[in-house]
Amino acid sequence: MIRRIGRVLFLAGLFYAPLVAAQWQVNLVEGATEISRSVYNLHMIIFYICVAIAVVVFGVMFWSIIWHRKSRGAKAAHFHESTWVEIIWTIVPVVILVSMAVPASTTLIQMYDKNSADIDIQITGYQWKWRYKYLNQDIDFFSSLATPQEQISNEQAKGDHYLLEVDKPLVIPAGKKVRFLLTSNDVIHSWWVPALAVKKDAIPGFVNESWTRVDEPGIYRGQCAELCGRDHGFMPIVVEVKSQDDYALWVAEQASLKVAEAQSAQQEMSQAQLMERGEQVYKGACAACHQQEGQGIPGVFPALAGSPLMTGDPAEHINVVLHGRSGTAMQAFGEQLNAADLASVITYERNSWGNQGDMVTVQQISELLKE
Amino acid sequence: MGSLEQPVHSTGHHGPATGITRWLYTTNHKDIGTLYLLFSLMMFFIGGCMALTIRAELFQPGLQLVRPEFFNQMTTSHGLIMVFGAVMPAFVGLANWLIPMMIGAPDMALPRMNNWSFWILPFAFTMMLSTLLMEGGGPNFGWTFYAPLSTTYAPPSVTFFIFAVHMMGISSIMGAINVIATILNMRTPGMKLMDMPLFVWTWLITAFLLIAVMPVLAGVVTMMLMDIHFGTSFFDAAGGGDPVLFQHVFWFFGHPEVYIMILPAFGVVSEIIPTFARKRLFGYTSMVYATASIAILSFIVWAHHMFAVGMPLAGELFFMYSTMLIAVPTGVKVFNWVATMYRGSMTFETPMLFALAFVVLFTIGGFSGLMLAIAPADFQYHDTYFVVAHFHYVLVPGSVFSIMAAAYYWLPKWTGHMYNESMGKLHFWLSFIGVNVTFFPMHFLGLAGMPRRIPDYALQFADFNMVATFGAFLFGFSQLLFVYNIISCIRSGKKATDNVWEGSHGLEWTLSSPPPYHSFTEPPVFKHPYKDNG
Repeated sequence: MIRRIGRVLFLAGLFYAPLVAAQWQVNLVEGATEISRSVYNLHMIIFYICVAIAVVVFGVMFWSIIWHRKSRGAKAAHFHESTWVEIIWTIVPVVILVSMAVPASTTLIQMYDKNSADIDIQITGYQWKWRYKYLNQDIDFFSSLATPQEQISNEQAKGDHYLLEVDKPLVIPAGKKVRFLLTSNDVIHSWWVPALAVKKDAIPGFVNESWTRVDEPGIYRGQCAELCGRDHGFMPIVVEVKSQDDYALWVAEQASLKVAEAQSAQQEMSQAQLMERGEQVYKGACAACHQQEGQGIPGVFPALAGSPLMTGDPAEHINVVLHGRSGTAMQAFGEQLNAADLASVITYERNSWGNQGDMVTVQQISELLKE
Repeated sequence: MGSLEQPVHSTGHHGPATGITRWLYTTNHKDIGTLYLLFSLMMFFIGGCMALTIRAELFQPGLQLVRPEFFNQMTTSHGLIMVFGAVMPAFVGLANWLIPMMIGAPDMALPRMNNWSFWILPFAFTMMLSTLLMEGGGPNFGWTFYAPLSTTYAPPSVTFFIFAVHMMGISSIMGAINVIATILNMRTPGMKLMDMPLFVWTWLITAFLLIAVMPVLAGVVTMMLMDIHFGTSFFDAAGGGDPVLFQHVFWFFGHPEVYIMILPAFGVVSEIIPTFARKRLFGYTSMVYATASIAILSFIVWAHHMFAVGMPLAGELFFMYSTMLIAVPTGVKVFNWVATMYRGSMTFETPMLFALAFVVLFTIGGFSGLMLAIAPADFQYHDTYFVVAHFHYVLVPGSVFSIMAAAYYWLPKWTGHMYNESMGKLHFWLSFIGVNVTFFPMHFLGLAGMPRRIPDYALQFADFNMVATFGAFLFGFSQLLFVYNIISCIRSGKKATDNVWEGSHGLEWTLSSPPPYHSFTEPPVFKHPYKDNG
C-alpha cells in the first residue's frame, strides 16, 4: 500500500516537475542567436568560477567556525601577517580575472560588429509604446500593450502572455542580419529581448545601434528595461521571427493594408460611429495619462473633463492632439494615428465626461494631415 | 598672546544641559552621534515601510494596492531615504561616537559645525518626504533620477527634491571635513596613522571620497535645476544637450557613493572579527592599502552602470576591465577576515554573528557584482532584478548588517548596560533568514527576465515574487526586536564592564562604560595593543 502511494506520488512528481520548472525559472535563457548563446556560456563560466571561489573561501571560513571555536577549547594562534600569502592571494585573483576577461572581450567585440546588415529597422521609444520603422520600406507602425485593462485590475483572469503581448509585433526574417537603430521621442527607454541578448537604451536625440540574427522562426518576448515613467511596466516588446518566405508575404500584406487604411481615412462617419471608435482609441492612446474618466493626475497630467480646451475652439484642440505640446509628455499624435482615429478620439474627448463640444470630421483631419 | 596658558575654567564635572536644548545646542560628539543614529533608525523604518509597500504590491501579479505612479514614488523614495537617510547618517553617527574615543581625543575637531551638519538633515528629509503630499506627487524617477525623466517630464515637486539633495550634500561634506580634521589633528601623541584602528582608517578614506563626490552630486542636481527653471539644455538634446551626460556625471558621484556606504562597514567588521576570534587582525597593512585602492578605483569605473547606453567598444572594454580589477583589493579584504578567523578562538555573540553574515553575504553580493562587470553578460542583467538582488546583498546584509553589528558591539560601551543577548541572537537569525528569503529569489527573477522598477509583472515571475514578499515582511518586522533591545539596553540591563568583551582591544575600551561626557580630557598614553607583546 505504502509502495503504491509512493509510486503514485513519484509519477505525480514527474508530471508536476516540468510545470514547476516552467514557473520557477532560475537561470538566463540560452536564447535564439549565436550571440545570446555565447553570452549564456560566458554567464555560466563566470558563475561556476564564482561558485568555486565561494567553496574555497567559505570552506576555510566554516572550517574555522566549526573547529577553531572557544567552546572546543581552541587557543588563538598569534600569526597576523604573511607577505607571501598576501602576494599569492593578490596574484591568483588577477590570473582568474584575466581568464574571464578574454572570453568576455571576444563576445563583446562580436556584439559590436554592426556591419553589413540585411534589414535596418528604426525603433523609437514613446511613453509607453514602441514605433518600428523599416528603413527603405514603406512600413511604419506603433506597437503597444494588448493586455486588457480588466486583467491588470484583476477583474478578468490573466492570459498566458499577461503583460507580454502587443497589438502589432515587430516582424523580422530568420537567418538575416537585422540592424536596429534606436532612439526615443521623449525619455530614455531600453529595448530588451532576452532571447536575442539585445538590450540597448533608446535615448532622445541620439541614435544607438544594435543587431541580431535569429536562427529559427518563433515569437520572442521582452520588455522596456529603463524606468520611463508611469507605465514603464506596461510597454512590452514582441518580436515575431518568420521564415524568409513568410516574411516576404508579410511585407506584401503591409502594402495592401496601407491602401485600405488610406481609403478608411476618406470615409464619412456619423457622430455615433466617431464616439464608439473614439472610446477605443482613447483607451489605447490617451487613458494612460489622462485616465479612463478624463480626470488626469493633478500636477502631472491635466484633466480633460471640464477642460476649456475641449469645449472651446476645435482648431486649438486638434492642434494639440496632432502636434503635441513641446516640453511636456503630450505627444504629437498626428504621426501615430490615422485621420479616422484622430477625428474619433477628438470627438470623443469633446463629448464625454460632461464635456459639450463640437464634432470633428474625418475630412477635417485628413486635410490638416496633408499639409 | 599667551592664550594657551590661560587656565581652563573646568569644574571637573561638566555634564550635558538638560531638556530639549541638550539636543538642539549640543556640540558633544556622543550626543550628536546618538542623534545621527536615532535619525538613521527612524529613516530605516520609514524607508522600510516604503519597501514593504513595494513588496506588498508585488505579492501577486496585477495591480492591487497602489497605482503605478505611486509605486514609482515608493521605489524612488525608498532608495533615496535608505541611501541618504539611513545608511550614510548611521555611519556618520558611528564615526561621531567612536572616532574621538578610538584616537584618544576629547571630542570632534569642529564641534559646532558638527551640530549643524546633523540638524540640517531633519529639515532636508522633512522637505523630501513632504513632496509625497504635493500635487503631482513626490519624485517618481528612480533614486538615480535620470534626465529627461527627472527634468522635462518630472512632477513639479522635483525642485524641492533638488533642494533637499543640496542640503544633504552640505551636511555630508561638513561631516566629512570634521572627520578628516579630527583624525589628522587629534590623535593622542604616539599614535601614528598606521597604528589607527581600521574603523578610523576606513572612515578617513570615506571622508575624502565624500568631499570629492558630494560636490559632483550638487553639480548634477544644479544642472537639472537650470534645465527645469532657467532654460538651459544640459540634458536636453533638442537644445544641444545630452541626456547621457547626466548619467556620466551622476555615476561619477554614484559609484564612489556606493563605496562611501561600504568602506566604513569594512572598518566595523575589521574591529569585530578580531575581538571575537581573539586573534589580531590578519594583514592590517594590506587592509589599509586595499581600502585605499578600492577608493581610488571607484573613480574610474562609473560607466559600468551604463553599459547599455551605447558607449563605443573601447569605453565598454575599459570600464569592464577597471571594474573587474576592484575584485582584487576586495578579495584581499575577505581573505584577511577569513585568515583572522583561521586558528582563532571564536565565540559567537550577536555582533560576531552579524559580522560573519556580513562576510558571507557581502561576498555573494561581490560575486554578482563581478558577473555584472562582464559587459556582454551585463546586457542581460542590466536593469533587471538581478541588479536589485546584487545591490541589496551588498547594502542590506552588507552595510546594514555591519551597522547592526556595530550597534550591538558598542552599545554596552555607550550605555553602560549589556543588551539582551538571546533577543539579539533571535534578531540576527530572523534578519538573516528574512534577508535571504527576500533577496536571493531576486537573482532568479532577474535572470528569468523581470525588469526592475515595474509595479506589475508577467505570470512566470509570480512565485518568486511571492516568496520575496514573505521574506521582506519577516525581515521588516524582525527589526522591531532590534528597537526593543536598544530601548531596554538604554533603560536597564546588566551593568557592562569597561572592557565589555573578552577579546576587545583599543582605546575606547579603556574608558568607563558609559564613557565620560568629554571622552579623553587629557591625551591617554598610547600603547599599541599588540606590538608590545609581539
